[in-house]
Amino acid sequence: MAISLDLLLNAIVAGVLLGAFYAAVTAGISIAFGMLDIVNIAHPAFVILGSYLAYYININFGVDPILVSILMLPFFYLLGNAVYQVYYLSFEKRGQEALRGLAFFFGLLFVTEVSLILVFGVDYRYVEATYIGPSLRIGFVDFPLRMLVPCLAALALFAAIQLFITRTFTGRAIMAVSQDQLALQLMAADPIRIKRIAFGISIATCAVAGALLIIIQPVEPSVGREYIGRVFAICVLGGLGSMPGTLIAAMLLGIVESLTATFYGPSWAPAVAFGLLLLTLAFRPAGLLGR
Amino acid sequence: MTRVNTSKFSLIVLAVGVLVMAFAHWFNVDYLFFASYTILQFIVLATAWNILGGYCGYVNFGSAAFFAMGAYSSVFMHKFFEEALPVPLLIVIGGIVSGIVGLGMGYLTLRLRGSFFAIATLALSVVLATLVVNWDYVGGSRGAYIIRPETIEIAGVTINYIEYLFGLMLLLAMIALITARTVERSQLGFGFATIRDDEMAAEASGVPTLKLKLIATTMSGAFMGMAGAPFPYYIGYLQPQSAFGLEYAVNSIAMPMIGGTTSWIGPLVGAILLGSAQQYATVTISSAVNLLIVGLMLVAFVIIAPNGIVGLVQERLRAWRKP
Repeated sequence: MAISLDLLLNAIVAGVLLGAFYAAVTAGISIAFGMLDIVNIAHPAFVILGSYLAYYININFGVDPILVSILMLPFFYLLGNAVYQVYYLSFEKRGQEALRGLAFFFGLLFVTEVSLILVFGVDYRYVEATYIGPSLRIGFVDFPLRMLVPCLAALALFAAIQLFITRTFTGRAIMAVSQDQLALQLMAADPIRIKRIAFGISIATCAVAGALLIIIQPVEPSVGREYIGRVFAICVLGGLGSMPGTLIAAMLLGIVESLTATFYGPSWAPAVAFGLLLLTLAFRPAGLLGR
Repeated sequence: MTRVNTSKFSLIVLAVGVLVMAFAHWFNVDYLFFASYTILQFIVLATAWNILGGYCGYVNFGSAAFFAMGAYSSVFMHKFFEEALPVPLLIVIGGIVSGIVGLGMGYLTLRLRGSFFAIATLALSVVLATLVVNWDYVGGSRGAYIIRPETIEIAGVTINYIEYLFGLMLLLAMIALITARTVERSQLGFGFATIRDDEMAAEASGVPTLKLKLIATTMSGAFMGMAGAPFPYYIGYLQPQSAFGLEYAVNSIAMPMIGGTTSWIGPLVGAILLGSAQQYATVTISSAVNLLIVGLMLVAFVIIAPNGIVGLVQERLRAWRKP
């Protein structure tokens, strides 16, 4: 197969744009799974929920999907708080998070997906915005705005989370919880409160990631399942809980997937993430920038 | 109940199985065979899931993948030999294929923290589905047709094919239950329990945890594959979406969780209860609503009744004996 340079370059650029979006989807998992050790496999379902809210408000009121997602942040934050409270009282407190906690999140994933099917049906839905359609062209490389705008928004979200975690008091407390919960208790800080805040932030990112998802591609309720493999692959590859690692791993997965889709066909793309996950687990379980 | 040994238990299961078969044969309604086949299939899936999930404490989200591997190995054999092979042979082949997948899966992930295994199983079903969709030989995304014969002759007696499949699944469910109970009361089962309760302590006291976990994943995967192997003949038209359906994954978790995960009777109770409720809801309401009910019941049970229905009954009995 002759690989032409412009095809290769276009695939790499598309991969980078896609990778930034993957980073936005994974940011929440990096906090929940990487730092708090909460295996929230329902995360992609919340992302799809964000997509549908953006869709609903966009279609009925004509509001820009990214603006909708920013308005939705507080609600998703509160939703995250509530979910963590239930999780803590029912499972973490009793030390049953391994088996029943996982089943709980699996149930949430399922309930969210089926509820969306019952409300919106299984048709693909999409949003309307001025930047969906036109494309920026530099040389022979295409930058579709449909991908570029979500990429920039995702990077902004990512930078905001990174700054929050490294620069603010609460952010550092979240890091502390992930390192030593007992020590935090000895400092007279309540680890449960910190974890509740952190999980709230984790779910809040779903609002933004969901809006970006529905800008990039049409969405139907079961799309979320494809992202379960992706987000956990990125999170593990990036080294659990390391934000810079997550970004690098997301870009890497985006590029590999884009190259696979260009040269072997898009129906193979979902298998890439899992292959990457298995290779990581087999050869370097600590990830690229693991602690 | 503690005084019933394995051979006595097998006899009891056999007697119940023969009774069920005799009753079904006497009743002889096709719909009853179709509906109870599904419930029996879920008994096997739930019991298989519980060997790994309930006894060892490792959550498998990829039941659908193991089930589909069994189903697709039957489709493959059917295409390869261009004639219908005997279904019992296909069940054995499906079991071997899924058992090997389970072993490989376990080998790659079980040395890490438990949650990695759960995530990897979930991703496994996505990837195997991708492989099957891209594999035209077994039908690809279009699916594959398997023409089910109307009747089959066994020892000179002609019987209805769906009754034959029902009988096979009944036999498989009996074998699964006897195996689960035997494992539960054997040294193997005690080893599994130590892994569930404290893996680190078990390892430190000399329990070969990795070996035991690999035995559990292989056994659990094999039974799921066996449950899937006759599925193409039952459904007549196999599609990746139906074989890899999330309903298998969620049901095989929900049934043991709702019934109770600590003993063989939990998955049985859960599968009969949820399975019949779903058959009823599918006929009277809609299949989407019945899946919602399963999801909600799963969430409700893990929060309110951690030990399932069996746990609730045991608590009630204990309170009743010691007033």
